[in-house]
Amino acid sequence: MALSKKTKEAFLGPLNINNPVLVQILGICSALAVTVQLKPALVMGISVTIIVALSNVVISLMRKSIPMRIRIIVQLVVVAALVTIVSEILKAFAYDVAMQLSVYIGLIITNCILMGRLEAFAMTNNPLDSLMDGLGNGFGYAWILVVVAFVRELLGSGKLLGYQIIPDSWYVANGGFYENCGMMLMPAMALILVGCIIWAHRSINDKETK
Amino acid sequence: MEHAISLFVRSIFADNMIFAFFLGMCSYLAVSKDVKTSLGLGVAVVFVETITLPVNYLLQVYVLDKLGLGYLSFILFIAVIAAIVQLVEMVVEKFSPSLYNSLGIFLPLIAVNCAIMGASLFMQQRVQLDPENVKAIANIGDAFAYAIGSGIGWLVAIVALAGIREKMEYNDVPKPLQGIGITFITVGLMALAFMCFSGLNI
Repeated sequence: MALSKKTKEAFLGPLNINNPVLVQILGICSALAVTVQLKPALVMGISVTIIVALSNVVISLMRKSIPMRIRIIVQLVVVAALVTIVSEILKAFAYDVAMQLSVYIGLIITNCILMGRLEAFAMTNNPLDSLMDGLGNGFGYAWILVVVAFVRELLGSGKLLGYQIIPDSWYVANGGFYENCGMMLMPAMALILVGCIIWAHRSINDKETK
Repeated sequence: MEHAISLFVRSIFADNMIFAFFLGMCSYLAVSKDVKTSLGLGVAVVFVETITLPVNYLLQVYVLDKLGLGYLSFILFIAVIAAIVQLVEMVVEKFSPSLYNSLGIFLPLIAVNCAIMGASLFMQQRVQLDPENVKAIANIGDAFAYAIGSGIGWLVAIVALAGIREKMEYNDVPKPLQGIGITFITVGLMALAFMCFSGLNI
């Protein structure tokens, strides 16, 4: 399938240069709250990707028939319906993860990435471009979540996806030298980590543009 | 009554919307450049929260729970919030143009502020708790206390950050970290400070 340059741009841009979390500072709330462990972060990333992509397509198909004045409500209802479906599916097939994510699944509705993309892109572009834009933004959001969760779970509890990575014999309790960094499990460290990722991202991209 | 006061104080400090749950982060980071604007947005959040949360509480307890329609709560809550924001905007415009001018631009933003929706979703969880639990919302008075408290907690957080950011204008921050990067780290440190309230109980 030959994709036009614009379609490619819509997909690739949000992964790095135009990342929704790092550059546009959208969707921060859930990005920080679900990253204590890798598994909920992955589930959250995938759910958001699916919802952004589908709602972008739906709104893009309807874009010519939505009256300007009530567009926000229409967008919210479309998103809320999709989120309800995803939430019910998660409760049915991954109950423990759904419980861990608790209110944050519902909060995908008010995730600024969704409203931002619907307003800025889907309202003015065709469905294929919108689908690519939605996928791009979803993955751009998901990889930040995965990086933050990777660091927090590894350093905070010595595990990845629930499996022990740091050998038991290293721990002080077993006569070793190692201790988990409890700070990583606290909400504050998520903010500081994202701050550091932004720092790295900016200094790399500034060099490229110069 | 005692329970409501405890709920109120806890929701300002220990269960602060920003520092404990990261809700309403987007507008929190975007609007906190100066104290005056952030105070305006903060007041608007308190206002909308105080109206929407008790309404959603009544819907949850007397409509959704009674009819077993719990899975419709997302759509219902967001519709209530969007409708009330629209209504508040029209009423304020009609009766108090000066208030409208200071709150006006923020009101549409608030419909998609996660702090408002988040408070309603937390309320949904807390309704099911045992009434003895400090976090339980057992009646409409508790719902009001929780709404006002979490709104004020958000207000305190945004005004404090705006104050720090105004001071930080004069500091020598490394170039790639300027702007949003250092703001994240500042909020992180503020969250650490707020953690000392976590054991608070009345």
